[in-house]
Amino acid sequence: MAQAPILESAECGDGLPCLRLTGAWTTPHLASLDSALAHLRWPASRQVVIDASALERLDTGGAWVLHRLLTAADHRQVEVQLQGLSLERQALLELVRRQGIGAAVPGPPRPPGGLEQLGRLAIEQVGEGISLLAFLGQVWLAFLGNLARPSRIRWRSLLAVLDGAGLDAVPIVALLSFLVGVVIAYQGGVQLRMYGANIYVVDLVALSMVRELAPLMTAIIVAGRTGSAFTAEIGTMQITQEVDALRSLGLPPLDLLVLPKIFGLILALPLLTILADVAGIAGGIVMSAAMLGVGVSDYQDRIPQAVSLASYLIGLGKAPVFAAIIALVGCFQGFRVSNSADSVGRQTTVSVVQAIFLVIVSNAAFSVLFSALGI
Amino acid sequence: MANEHIIEVEEVRTAFGTSRVHDGISFSVRRGEIVGVLGGSGSGKSVLLREIILLHRPDTGSIRLFGREVTRLEGTGANQLRRRFGVVFQSGALFSGLTVAENIAVPLREHLGLDRALARTVAFLKIALVGLPLDAADKYPGQLSGGMTRRAALARALALDPECLFLDEPSAGLDPVSAEGFDSLILQLRESLGLTVLLVTHDLDSIWRICDRAAFIGHGRVLGFDTPEALSRSPEPLVRDYFGGVRGRALREIRE
Repeated sequence: MAQAPILESAECGDGLPCLRLTGAWTTPHLASLDSALAHLRWPASRQVVIDASALERLDTGGAWVLHRLLTAADHRQVEVQLQGLSLERQALLELVRRQGIGAAVPGPPRPPGGLEQLGRLAIEQVGEGISLLAFLGQVWLAFLGNLARPSRIRWRSLLAVLDGAGLDAVPIVALLSFLVGVVIAYQGGVQLRMYGANIYVVDLVALSMVRELAPLMTAIIVAGRTGSAFTAEIGTMQITQEVDALRSLGLPPLDLLVLPKIFGLILALPLLTILADVAGIAGGIVMSAAMLGVGVSDYQDRIPQAVSLASYLIGLGKAPVFAAIIALVGCFQGFRVSNSADSVGRQTTVSVVQAIFLVIVSNAAFSVLFSALGI
Repeated sequence: MANEHIIEVEEVRTAFGTSRVHDGISFSVRRGEIVGVLGGSGSGKSVLLREIILLHRPDTGSIRLFGREVTRLEGTGANQLRRRFGVVFQSGALFSGLTVAENIAVPLREHLGLDRALARTVAFLKIALVGLPLDAADKYPGQLSGGMTRRAALARALALDPECLFLDEPSAGLDPVSAEGFDSLILQLRESLGLTVLLVTHDLDSIWRICDRAAFIGHGRVLGFDTPEALSRSPEPLVRDYFGGVRGRALREIRE
């Protein structure tokens, strides 16, 4: 291993004050070279000898520090005699000097201030909202085009979406809904038991699952599972120019990539919601049978009174709307992926957050609407 | 010293499943040489490069870098060796979430512990050395052209002042002017920094322009390892076809 670099004042013999460079002046030692230069005590003389004859190694990093040493001498109006530098090293020093990079370079561009950032964010969000609406319009037109010419519908892609987003999601949706049913029955049961109103646990579980929780839970699971997959798929195709390839082959990406996803999900999500209804109520039955003695037969008696057809349809009817939101946002964010790897990750995150946000907001809007209508 | 071998590849064999890629490859590179590795598509050039730079292990055989056996090397030993060479990947492989200056500063900060300002200054030096305009420093890789990306990747590979440089298809996808510019940059850096360079390439122009010697790989073996002139007169049919195509002939005539 080469010696650590040293820059020191020394006696050179011909009477002039001397700076001697020894050791390895190389990039791995840049930090110590830099501080040695910063702490250098300059001899009080107008003339200085810099002696590089004992220098073991020199590379661009070391040559750059030497260049800064020479520049510093210039600033102090000290005349320098450079001794003992081989021709190769002189050429290296010359190469580095030519680049003209001194001790300081312009800093990175400053990030904008808080107010400017807020303003930019607001403009960006409004722009994104408008683009999303424009995308919705394009999808709608493509849909009408498909309706006019049903032969353009991609059944195979649609079935693939039904399989991937629907069938493959069955275990996770069933399990999570079952657990939600268990929790509601338990939490509600504790309260109802105090009033001796055990039987009303059926109303609690069935109505809350069917009308609110099953559609919402399913939508959130699917947004995390499938919405993100849509974004990542389209985004990666965007980066590998597959989307461009489709366009230039005269195959509209909307027909091929987007419509099957949207309609596949619009079919799959209500089916998953029905599954979640059943699994949730099953979870409720298991819990309330164990804790309150309210079993299957009680549920059979009570559910027709507790859950009106309207409530059931409202719960189920929300699912296609949520599906459209999730698929639309997922595809939209996929097309917003720009030419870099981290952009896929960023847009996927945005896609999931935006989809869940919009699902919950629209769920709230439904509640307001239905209470105004008195359903 | 001058005849010191930087890279020594001996009897390397590699197979993927049942397909044999390398069937006993041997060659060596001396300090300060620029050596090209050529061969048709799928001849295993890039795999060989990956084996030399410790990204892939050959099944049998030995590869020595700076005199150290790398086929069994792991952990700290491997990482110390990695600091002594730089790699320019085919498409640049710049980190897309970082600016050019930050890309170059990554090894400086991680391995040398330089503070932010010093790392940035050294990054500027490297940017200038590879002939990029300084205002490229704060651009993201997505905003650079192909030629600039290649230069930025070279600047990152040179960040730690390596002794040896590996280039994977350095001129692929570049226009002839940019490719020639990149080639002369490599030559110039070899002159001034004393680099040893191993490049994998398809580009006959590059081979004639910068390679001291070239190894031709075909049928899993080295079919020829010599200067481009000598290689172009090789009796080996694969090599003759490669150099003897219309483009190759035209180039040789220009040379002569």
